[in-house]
Amino acid sequence: MRYIQARWEEGDGILEPTVFELGKRGDGGTPIVSIEEELMEEIGNLDEILPEKIVRRSIDLPGLSEPEVARHFSHLAQMNFGVDSGPYWLGSCTMKYTPKLAMRIASVSKIRRLHPYAPEEQVQGILKALYELKEMLSKITGLPYFSLQPAAGAQGELVGALMIRKKFMDLGEKRDEILIPESAHGSNFASAAMAGFKVIRIPPSDEGTVDLNALKAAINERTAGMMITNPNTLGIFESDVLEIADVLHSNGSYLYYDGANLNAIMGWILLSDMGVDIAHLNIHKTFSAPHGGGGPGAGAVGTTEEFRDFLPIPVISRRGDYYFLDYNVPKTIGKVRMFYGNIGVLIKAWVYLKLLGGEGVRSVSTVAVLNANYARKKLIEMGFEVLYGKDRPCKHEFVLSLSEVKKKYGIRALDFAKALIDRGFHPPTIYFPLIVPEAFMMEPTESDSLREIDGYVNAMKEILRRIEENPEEILQAPKNSAIGRIDDVFGNKKLWLTWKIYESEGR
Amino acid sequence: MIPNSRKEIIARMLGELGLKDVKELYSDVPQTLLLDRPPDVGKSMSQADVSNVFEREILGRILDVNLIFTGGGIADHYVPALVDELSSRQEFYTSYTPYQPEVSQGVLQALFEYQSLMAELLGMDVVNASLYDYASALGEAGRFSIRVTKRNKIVLASTIHPERYSVLKTYVEPLGTELVSIPYDESGELSLEDLSSVVDESVAMVYVESPNFFGIIETRIEEISQLCHDKGALLAVGVDPLSLGLIKPPGEMGADIVIGEGQHLGGYMNYGGPSLGIFAIKRRFRHIRQMPGRLIGITRTVDGKFRGYSMVLQTREQHIRQEEATSNITTNSSLMAIRAAIYLSLLGPDGIRKVSEKIFYNTLYLKRKINELPCFKTLFPGSISFKEIPVIADKSWENINKFLLSKGILGGFIIGSRFPKLDSEKKIALFSTTEVHTKKDLDYLIQSMREVC
Repeated sequence: MRYIQARWEEGDGILEPTVFELGKRGDGGTPIVSIEEELMEEIGNLDEILPEKIVRRSIDLPGLSEPEVARHFSHLAQMNFGVDSGPYWLGSCTMKYTPKLAMRIASVSKIRRLHPYAPEEQVQGILKALYELKEMLSKITGLPYFSLQPAAGAQGELVGALMIRKKFMDLGEKRDEILIPESAHGSNFASAAMAGFKVIRIPPSDEGTVDLNALKAAINERTAGMMITNPNTLGIFESDVLEIADVLHSNGSYLYYDGANLNAIMGWILLSDMGVDIAHLNIHKTFSAPHGGGGPGAGAVGTTEEFRDFLPIPVISRRGDYYFLDYNVPKTIGKVRMFYGNIGVLIKAWVYLKLLGGEGVRSVSTVAVLNANYARKKLIEMGFEVLYGKDRPCKHEFVLSLSEVKKKYGIRALDFAKALIDRGFHPPTIYFPLIVPEAFMMEPTESDSLREIDGYVNAMKEILRRIEENPEEILQAPKNSAIGRIDDVFGNKKLWLTWKIYESEGR
Repeated sequence: MIPNSRKEIIARMLGELGLKDVKELYSDVPQTLLLDRPPDVGKSMSQADVSNVFEREILGRILDVNLIFTGGGIADHYVPALVDELSSRQEFYTSYTPYQPEVSQGVLQALFEYQSLMAELLGMDVVNASLYDYASALGEAGRFSIRVTKRNKIVLASTIHPERYSVLKTYVEPLGTELVSIPYDESGELSLEDLSSVVDESVAMVYVESPNFFGIIETRIEEISQLCHDKGALLAVGVDPLSLGLIKPPGEMGADIVIGEGQHLGGYMNYGGPSLGIFAIKRRFRHIRQMPGRLIGITRTVDGKFRGYSMVLQTREQHIRQEEATSNITTNSSLMAIRAAIYLSLLGPDGIRKVSEKIFYNTLYLKRKINELPCFKTLFPGSISFKEIPVIADKSWENINKFLLSKGILGGFIIGSRFPKLDSEKKIALFSTTEVHTKKDLDYLIQSMREVC
């Protein structure tokens, strides 16, 4: 397959000009409101009312008309690849399709224009939807209590780490260490550190899973808990999870579950059965809310009874058929964002789960795992290398190592990724997890058809063949994207972070 | 939604894997963990049925009111149709963090333009590509100031939004940071006298909001900035970006950090989220290195022929720096930032000025009219305020709001116990007015309030 992305080229090395180049700065633009004469007459001149020293004299924004803005951002959109454009196997990110009904429902005016301080009895509908979502998440995870407040997965991790911290303060125990496997998402380390913990790294076993002996060696009376991702970032299920939980619990420590990879086991395994005490779920990954070019997402946090009293306030509760914002959480860690969460994102998960039902939930994971195993098998047959867990089924994703390709032909994972672009496939996550050299982390999700999966693996095979014939060609990739290979080093040296800085230094 | 869920496809794919049953895909899982049946989240519903249930059970139980005068940090703003139209393009909303810049120039350039437009509006040098919301931006600002100054005390105006105060507390609690609140003076502005007695060489950051929780514009940011800088403390100012069409931006008055809520720029209320956390600083290299969140920069192609965009200074971020990262933030509010970029591009200088002016006019008018009523008055009537108006009543606000609701008006946000520092004798509700309100709307509110008296 071949893909040619739109490329708007202004000339002189410029693709689409910036809004600052398109419009004259300092005046013009599109007024979207009018001010009534009567009002102005009654109030008088604002210049005379406001103290001189706080009045703004100039606004250096560009002035553009509506059609100009429409075309500009349409050009930009055309120069961007989305999930609806094609397969997007960005490992660990679960780039699945968002049902359009979820988009429509989230755009309903009554939801969009709902004020967070509207009286509870007037907003029973939205509270009911959020409560139902919480209940469905509880059914899926086995964790009875949920907060929908965290704005993203990483904020959910922070909430979890803070709850563990507060729990030990409450118990009067000094525990300031968190164990994290080396293959974990970077945000785990950062969240634990933000919550005041010292991070202790657990090296992987030869299988790529948590090394039980290393865990036993690291755990001590200062261990507050451990953060695990299961299946882990290699796409391998941590089969020792029950032992891991046992080791932790018998030491009085807690098990935190990073839900980034829930798409592999949803409907098959309850987190509570794995001994999980606290978990965050990524609503924008597993539950189909779109990723928004980087956000917003939502990171629901679920807990067992033990952490119920520590959740952020408010939680959503009910008395009979009446739903309310419940501030009665005695040992709460407080708040991590204003109001109640990213409601516009959460409502999409409500729609998604209603559409799926229980069977559908299981089917999502089944097919995501089936797709990944199928793709992995085909790729291994084509000569690609899997370093860990090759002899067991993978879960929803798997990680290739392209280090042989690099050794033989000098083609790095990065170069290989760029070649995929020309063939219409968004590259996988590369160079992660760090324990795999030249890592190619691939997650097909359940949204891809067999035709697309075959297309993806065949493109991989074809690239491999091209490399054998003419590695130089791959180093030039991508050729068909809006822009050729980007020089990351240059941008980092210059730090042209705004148009103004660029104007004075870059031109 | 699941193309390969058809039985014959599953059978074919399983066959390729040499498997008979999908359960074998989970053969590596301790078999005691596998559930006999899927979770009970209900039966799968058709699109039409979900739509129906949503209409009846969810929408049917949400109030239908068109006149929203509720304050408290989120307000009913006009969203230009163009913002909805462009931000609904799948290329923007379904993509993710632009890790592959060659196929993601659209999102990268849109975010770069957001950073640039926002920097102009705030009078600041560097803006990140978004944080979650205003409150978490304050949390990050607090931690940033502590990293930069290596001090551990934060001084805050007592007039900041109480929910933001809570979030800041959560964010800095593990650092053992001391938080000191400064009272306000008779005009509702920060008391400079009290501030100067507290700010010394142990203070990392002074934080003030303008407009503050009560809608009061701080007129002495320059003096506050002087006080901070004399002691080596950073000044952080929280703003309503829509006030900056008329009010001199904090960047021009000495602020080192500016944060704010970007939801007002082309975003909806959405019952409180998603929102857009604005985070801006001055261009000091050491500070940029300590910034939380993503940054997009201009770069070029490897062959040097084309200008392009990519993420820069990723070495500050969690996926590279792990526990040494400046923040754990990963997923942010990119789509909201893109909406804000479209909004600011469309409005331009004239459009922004007009929205600012309209909100000022409406606020002034509403304040004046409320103070003419026999049974209501506003707090700090002589001060300059924007959008938010704290109104004192001699009756119960619950009843007043109920009456207003019967008139099709969503009334003020009852401060009550949420703001215990305020004299508990006073019954205060926070009203807000925005550019969506016409003079007729305001007169209707006043007339309805008069009926209560």
